[in-house]
Amino acid sequence: MSEEKRLMKGNEAIGEAAVRAGCRAYFGYPITPQNELTAYMAKHMLDKKRTFIQAESETAAINMVFGAAATGARSMTSSSSPGISLKQEGISYACGADLPMVIVNIARSGPGLGGISPGQADYFQSTRGGGHGDYFHLVLAPKSVQEAADLTYKAFELADKWRMPVMILADGLIGQMMEGVVLPPAIDPESLPRKPWGVGHQADTHRANNHVSSINLVPVELEALVRARFKRYEEIKKTEVDFEEVNCEKADLILVGYGTSSRVALGALEMAKAQGIELGLFRPISLWPFPEKRIAELAAKGKKFLAVEMSMGQMVEDVRLAANGKGEVHFYGRCGGVIPSEEEVLAEAKRLLGK
Amino acid sequence: MTEKTFMAGFGGQGIISLGQLWVYCAMKEGLEVTFFPFYGAEKRGGVARASVIVSTKEIASPLVTAPDSSIVMNMDSLPICEEVAKQGGLMLVNSSLVKVDPKRADLKVIKIACNEIAEQIGDGKIANMVMMGALSKATGAVKLDKLEAVLKSFFPESKHKFIPMNMAAIEAGMKAV
Repeated sequence: MSEEKRLMKGNEAIGEAAVRAGCRAYFGYPITPQNELTAYMAKHMLDKKRTFIQAESETAAINMVFGAAATGARSMTSSSSPGISLKQEGISYACGADLPMVIVNIARSGPGLGGISPGQADYFQSTRGGGHGDYFHLVLAPKSVQEAADLTYKAFELADKWRMPVMILADGLIGQMMEGVVLPPAIDPESLPRKPWGVGHQADTHRANNHVSSINLVPVELEALVRARFKRYEEIKKTEVDFEEVNCEKADLILVGYGTSSRVALGALEMAKAQGIELGLFRPISLWPFPEKRIAELAAKGKKFLAVEMSMGQMVEDVRLAANGKGEVHFYGRCGGVIPSEEEVLAEAKRLLGK
Repeated sequence: MTEKTFMAGFGGQGIISLGQLWVYCAMKEGLEVTFFPFYGAEKRGGVARASVIVSTKEIASPLVTAPDSSIVMNMDSLPICEEVAKQGGLMLVNSSLVKVDPKRADLKVIKIACNEIAEQIGDGKIANMVMMGALSKATGAVKLDKLEAVLKSFFPESKHKFIPMNMAAIEAGMKAV
C-alpha cells in the first residue's frame, strides 16, 4: 500500500525520513531555524528506543556522531549555519577516517550569528571541505519538503555506499515551510548489513581490533590514503551527479539555482513564458559533485547563464568553472536573509536579454 | 489554477492555524500546497504573517510577493497587506477590528465582521474560521468539503467537541461574502 500524503514542515519531514532510513543515533544541539528537527528526533528516536542525545555543544554532537558511526550505526546530526561551522573540525576528522554519517544544515543568514532568516551563503563551506585538510563530501540540496525527505533517506544510503559524510544543505525556508509529502518505507536498523570495518562486536566475531581514526604520522602512507580517497571522489563524480533542467535546450538564457532559489527562478521562468520570453532553468541537486559536465555542454552550445542565489555569489563560481569561458555567466543574489522575488529575477533576466 | 494568499493578523488570532488548515484541506482536495509562516522575534500581540499557495500545478516560489488574495485580521496588518497586494487583487478585511478602508482603489475589498459573527456562534476565538469560510467562497480555490475530517486529525480528541462550532463558523463566513 502506498503511503498517504502528509502535510509536514521540512524539518519534521527530514527527521521522519532519517528515522525511516534506519538512523540508529542522533546527536544535536538547538539552533533556529532547525529546532523542529531536533525536537522531532527527541520524540521519535526515543519512542523507537534508539539513541537521542542533546549534546552540550555542536562540537560535542559531531564527535558523538563520529563515535556512533565508528561502530557502524547509521548516525546523524543537524544544525544551522553557525552550528555547522562549529562542527567542521569533526567533519574533517570523519572524512579522514572514512566514516559514513548524515549532517543536515538548515542554513540561515550570516556571517557570524547573522540572522535567523533563510540563507545560501554556506555553499563554499559545504562544497569545498569546510574543515582543514584535503577532502570533499557529498552535498545534496532539496527544493521542497518532499525532496528534503527523499534526499535525507538517500543520504544514508550514499554515506554507507561511499563511506563518507553526506550533507543535506537546505535553507531555513525549506526547513520551516509546510508542504505535502509522501514518506519512504521504514527500514529496520537491525536488518542493515554489518560494516566489516566497524569497531565493536568482538564478542561474537573474535576478530582483531578495528581502528577507526584519521591519524597517520607516516607521510608516504598518509599520501597513499588521501590519493585513494581522491580516486573514490572521481568515481563519485561519475555516478552521483544529480540535477534537474527545464527548457534548457530552447532558451538562450538559463537560470541556475538550487534549493529555494531554484523555485524563485522557476517562477520567473513561468512569468517570462506568459510574456513570450523563453528562459531555461538548471537546478543542481548534488552540489558536490557539481553537475559541471552538463553545464559545460550547455555552455558549448552558446547558452548564457544567470546564477540566482541567496548569497553574494558562491555557486556562481562553480558555474563559471564549468562554463570555462565558453558561455557568459551572470549573477543575481540577495543576502542577509532576504529571499529574491520572482519579479526581480525576471527583471534581471530581461535586462540581460535586452528586453 | 494557482491562488496565492497572504494572511496577517496579531499573534493569537489564529493566522498560523488558518493557513495550515487551508493548505491541509487543499491537499486533501488533490492540490499542490505550500505554507510558509514568517517567524521571527514576534510574540503574542506582534504581527503574525503567512504565505500560502494552493495550485493545480507544481508551485514555484513558496514566498508570496504579489498575493491574489490577502487576509487582514487587524488594523496593524492593513498597511502590510496593501503594500504587497497584486494589482486588482482580492482583500478580505475583518471589519470587526479594521474600521478604516484601504487606501488603494484597485483592490476588490470584502468586509466580514469576523469577531461579531464568531461571538454570535459562541466564541470570538473562531473569527479565523469565519474568515476561512469567506476566503473559500470568495476565491473558490479550496472547497473545504473535507474540513471536518481534517479538523479531526488536526486537533486532539479532547478538542473534538469544538468541531461543530468551527464548522458553523465556516458556514457563516461563506454566507457573509
